[in-house]
Amino acid sequence: MQATETILYNRAGQRVVSPDYLLFEAPRTKHFMTGSEAVKEAVKRASVDASVSYPITPQSEAAHLIGELWVEGYVGVYFRGESEFGVMSEIAGCAMAGARTITTTSGPGTLRAMENFPMWAGTRIPVQLVLMARGVNSPLSIQPDNLEVGFLLDTGCMIWYAETAQDLFDMILAGFVVAEQPDVHVPVITVVDGFFVSHTREAIMLPPDDIALPPYNPYRAPMPVIDAEVPPGRFLRDPFVMKSNYISYATHASWQWEVRAAIERSRPYAKHYLRGLIEHFGDPEAELVFVACGTASAQAKEAVRLLEDEGIPARVVKLKTIRPFPIEELRQAVKGAKYIFVPEFNVVGWLEREVRRYLYGHSNAEIIGAPRVAGGMTMPAEVIVKEVLKLTGKEVKHVI
Amino acid sequence: MAHIGPSGFSPYPVAVYEGVLNPPPGKALMFNEIVDEEVAMREAAKAMLTRPNPTIFPGPQVLYAWNEEAKEKAKLVRKMAEVLGAKIIPMYDYRPKYPKINPAIEINPNHPNLTIWHNKIKACIFVGVHCHYANVALKIIRAETDCFTIAMCGMAGHEDAMITLRDQHTEEMEKFIKIAEEVKRELGRS
Repeated sequence: MQATETILYNRAGQRVVSPDYLLFEAPRTKHFMTGSEAVKEAVKRASVDASVSYPITPQSEAAHLIGELWVEGYVGVYFRGESEFGVMSEIAGCAMAGARTITTTSGPGTLRAMENFPMWAGTRIPVQLVLMARGVNSPLSIQPDNLEVGFLLDTGCMIWYAETAQDLFDMILAGFVVAEQPDVHVPVITVVDGFFVSHTREAIMLPPDDIALPPYNPYRAPMPVIDAEVPPGRFLRDPFVMKSNYISYATHASWQWEVRAAIERSRPYAKHYLRGLIEHFGDPEAELVFVACGTASAQAKEAVRLLEDEGIPARVVKLKTIRPFPIEELRQAVKGAKYIFVPEFNVVGWLEREVRRYLYGHSNAEIIGAPRVAGGMTMPAEVIVKEVLKLTGKEVKHVI
Repeated sequence: MAHIGPSGFSPYPVAVYEGVLNPPPGKALMFNEIVDEEVAMREAAKAMLTRPNPTIFPGPQVLYAWNEEAKEKAKLVRKMAEVLGAKIIPMYDYRPKYPKINPAIEINPNHPNLTIWHNKIKACIFVGVHCHYANVALKIIRAETDCFTIAMCGMAGHEDAMITLRDQHTEEMEKFIKIAEEVKRELGRS
């Protein structure tokens, strides 16, 4: 008897393939598109069940483009929320009912919905938020600035940071795969710098659009699908530690540690699907190191090229994940470093704080939280070089 | 108690903050060591056969007939209890109870230590408990009791248990029962 092969298709008629095939093995072709369009292409291949949006243009077109996917049959459910808070609450409802769910937001919308993010993590839902960072009011800004990421660090969500549209495309697909692992199963926030990536076009390599991730299986979740009598469904109805809804303080403490433990468990999966939690660029022996994420690392790479022309060896350590923070990887990467610069697109230097925290007692390098731009400013590579020159006292002709 | 660090602020130790992660597929975790599944199964059986008041805590995934595998697993849990001479106390759901559970007949993830204290349980097996609730309960048990915890998990395992067996389905449970019978003979208990 002839052997037959079972081929699975999702609701859109796309052939279901393994995450490894989709991310690493499928042939890719070159396209030219914006970061928002890259979100659409990733969602198209992600067998997404539900998406909710509050389209506060010009955050980005991403939410609107996911709506187009719903019209085309690639997304199961799509609707508009009453506000950003409403969106994030409705996202939770979809996920708790067992749906693979995604939404996008940015800056002020993130803070308006803030209460929901720790709730997402506490309810162990593997939703994905694509955050196109663009700062926090006020004064009003719709420009690139990633201050809001500093507010999200301790919500219990994983936080990954994309540098390019290509990174973002791959991270969105990998994000679902890692977040849905039964021992992880917490939300993932995939961050990209607004405008610089969301609104500009770049070359991006895409696998065919007739293949997609396997659908989400909610029966592998670490808790039963929505049940209003059982926490977390129950604690959305009543506060947790109450006479009518008694649990011990021990449970509350243990639950919170469990959420954070879940992020730590994501490390081996993220290492595999992101091909490492950090990326190296430049002279591996250089004593001058830039530690950065997002487009700040792209600008730091340009600065490395300028410094190379001037005979100053330098390198970049790009962080792909912020939660979990690549602690051991960073400590290894900066061995031998004398100067560590942390260029950032925000006024507070949240990444510098993280770098100092995890290198404390593990590196003798001087850590310099500069340059730091905010409120929509760009960060020309020359500005980064200028910071280096302040330290070395050297003059370079093309520095502004 | 955890070392100084983030988990040091909590009375509850958290294995991952001590650098302990779940075992890779095909392996098991014994305290902080990754070992072959057979090695862990032997030690688990030995703990259950030699410590006072061994008890199996079956959860909803094996207590209710969701599917054929659940029914098979339920039968194997009963067989396992017979071989190990263990009691069965169910964790039949995860609802908070007021003022408290009846610790003689049930265990609840929100205060699992009450059942272990009441019954003076020194070794236990979690099986069929949804991962989140098992993890919440195992952290509390490790902090509040001297009970030796064993987690038989159908998914990736539970690093907060003292022995973690992962991807445990009917075949693996049958294998554990065979190993338990061998260990029992070796101990001269059969």
